[in-house]
Amino acid sequence: MKKLTFNGLIGGILIGVLLVTALLSLVWTPFDPMKLSFTARLAAPGAEHLLGTDEFGRDVLSRLMVGARAAIWIGALTVAFATVCGTIIGLISGYARGWIDGVIMAINNALMAFPGILLALGLLAVFGANQYGIIFALGIAYTPSMARVVRGAVLSLREREFIEASKVMGNSELFTMLRHILPNCLAPITVLATSMFGWAILSESALSFLGLGVPPPAPTWGNMLAAGRPFFEQAVWLGLFPGLCIALTLLGINLLGDALRDKLDPRMRGLK
Amino acid sequence: MSGAEVHTNTLLSVRGLSLAVAGSGRQVVKDVSFDIAPGEIFGIVGESGSGKTLTTRSLIRLLPQAITVTSGLVQYKGRDALGMTHRELRDLRGAEIGVVFQEPMTSLNPSMTIGRQLEEGLILHTKLQPEERRHRILDMLKRVGIRDPEGALTAYPHEFSGGMRQRIMLASVMLLKPALLIADEPTTALDAVIQRDVMELMVELTQAEGTAVLLISHDLPMVARYTSRIVVMEKGSIVEAGRTEDLLDAPQHSYTKKLLQSLPLRGEVRVLDTAKAPMVSAKDIVVDYPGRKSFLKKAQAKRALHGVSIDIHEGEVVALVGGSGSGKTTLGRTIAGLVKESSGNIQFQGRSRDADWRDYRLNCQMVFQDPYSSLDPRMTILALVEEALRLVPDLDRAAKRQRAREVLEEVGLGGDFADRYPHELSGGQRQRVAIARAIARRPRFLIADEPVSALDVTVRAQVLDLFSDLQKRYGFSCLFISHDLGVVEQVADRVVVMQDGRIIEQGDRDTIFDNPQEAYTRRLLSAIPALAINEQGGVKLKWRLEA
Repeated sequence: MKKLTFNGLIGGILIGVLLVTALLSLVWTPFDPMKLSFTARLAAPGAEHLLGTDEFGRDVLSRLMVGARAAIWIGALTVAFATVCGTIIGLISGYARGWIDGVIMAINNALMAFPGILLALGLLAVFGANQYGIIFALGIAYTPSMARVVRGAVLSLREREFIEASKVMGNSELFTMLRHILPNCLAPITVLATSMFGWAILSESALSFLGLGVPPPAPTWGNMLAAGRPFFEQAVWLGLFPGLCIALTLLGINLLGDALRDKLDPRMRGLK
Repeated sequence: MSGAEVHTNTLLSVRGLSLAVAGSGRQVVKDVSFDIAPGEIFGIVGESGSGKTLTTRSLIRLLPQAITVTSGLVQYKGRDALGMTHRELRDLRGAEIGVVFQEPMTSLNPSMTIGRQLEEGLILHTKLQPEERRHRILDMLKRVGIRDPEGALTAYPHEFSGGMRQRIMLASVMLLKPALLIADEPTTALDAVIQRDVMELMVELTQAEGTAVLLISHDLPMVARYTSRIVVMEKGSIVEAGRTEDLLDAPQHSYTKKLLQSLPLRGEVRVLDTAKAPMVSAKDIVVDYPGRKSFLKKAQAKRALHGVSIDIHEGEVVALVGGSGSGKTTLGRTIAGLVKESSGNIQFQGRSRDADWRDYRLNCQMVFQDPYSSLDPRMTILALVEEALRLVPDLDRAAKRQRAREVLEEVGLGGDFADRYPHELSGGQRQRVAIARAIARRPRFLIADEPVSALDVTVRAQVLDLFSDLQKRYGFSCLFISHDLGVVEQVADRVVVMQDGRIIEQGDRDTIFDNPQEAYTRRLLSAIPALAINEQGGVKLKWRLEA
């Protein structure tokens, strides 16, 4: 195992902390994230409430921990959806070429012409604002980029001689695709999936902030920001901590993604 | 070329040059010394990894960042070239020392017209007026054999073939009348006939201008043909240096001998039973490639093969030769079923090939040219060979694995090679894997498309020997596609010459090599030497005349 770079290490630690926190929230949080307390409304960070409380007296730390779980869950399912759909579409499009490729890419390009968040907004309006609506909407919004990347990789791979060698051996098209083309696409897929995870968390926060995401009172980082917005002047921690969570998570994902790309790209192997 | 004259003055002098990888300190060039006299053609011969390219790059300080000069002296016209400032270096490069690189496809800027690229050097290094520059450029383009020099000025590199681009590259370098031309594998990417034309042109131009040439190549006969003195490099060191004739005639170092012995020699004449019906028979094959569609214009098909017929008998090795664009690769791929023929029919063992496709697939295998691209980088060597057996009936899993291991053993990759990945192997070893994969099924017919042209000389000899051994052992028929007639002379029983999508001449090997009828065949043959080995382990190179 090669040593990770310093950046990769920082990214790994950030994401590691996020994952541990999310897992921990399943069994333990300092307070019940839903419990209202009118005696402790807008309490500043202190010994009892480490990160303070919100306008209903709910513990911010506990809510952030549960919010982390939501972020990861939504991010992971969105990426899984986009990766599976995008990879299948990209493989078919790149391998078949001809009119099939033409039709698929025309639809793909049309979808890509919309900003992801706008597309997701439209889809959410149709499917309703809840956790699975978000996953579905963001998944569809991200599928075209994945399809594009996979198609590009397939187009260059299918001209390689080992694909021809596979044909000469008499292997079927499906076998060639799954045995030789797909494994060689894994590096770009992994790299894109990693950064998609970041986009998904950011978009989910944005949608929740706009009130189109997971409905309150269930905590997500986005709806915590939205709910806290009127109180920022008295309680800066309501904006600061969810914002920091989003920023640090994205930073971690980007650093880790870069390190992963360097590791997976064979051209980077052997370079110091 | 005789290099009998003794040079008293030197143009370039290299003394004790050593290069190392920065950080690790691994030496890549060790204590290299040589002198080049004005107007002399000097050769450096070595295989990949010998340090020949790094040595010459250090002369004009174009080394990769990771490589540093650890010791040594380079003097150009008495000045210390290693200690020059960037300003001095810029005056030196181009104006005094010109460079022609190996890859004509990438050494010209694709987004600039030929005229602008040629003008660049003149603007930098001369004080000529625009009209004079234009005149000089046109004159030079004419001299390097560009048919329409005026038109070439406004054309882009992609409009020219590889050979033409290398001529243009040569023109751009020679425009400045440098005192030294460094040519690093200038013709390796070109086919044999064009290779010779470009070399002749380079020699003619440089001799006319009095330019010295430092010619670097792995191709010993080619270097020997044009140079007066040669150094041979191996693993970063010079192992032998001397006058070209002496070095060929009586090589001293074992590596030089090995290089000379690796040159292909004519194989024995084999008696084959050709009375029987041929194993593979292709009749009147026509292949059209769809042309490029453009807006409001119907695609014009490009005909790659104009009704070609070829028979291959049992156990026979038929060589298909020709320059690039002759259609030889297309014919091979059509017979293999990778390209669909527009018309014609292909028979295998007396039946239509398409009647029993499964049987044909089991019995017809292919070895590709580029061992770096023909193996799936994510599979182990054993898995690659086993995959070839996947569709073979009557073999269970264990038997398949056993067979794969045996075949790897046969190609000299036994032991722990099985678990390695392609990127851990050298080019020659990879091509062995490709051969193992092709013969694992015990095919009756093998198509080999330039199987050794990407390999170094000594490795090429080993792979050819392996190929011949296997062919004798298993007796498969083979269609051997190559532009290198030296290799063909060694392995083929029969030779088929192609030009522009047609077969122009065919016959058994000795007839074609000793008594070629067509002018094009003679041109192909004039690019390779006839070898005679002497008792000192040296060779005598005889070049066939084109006329």
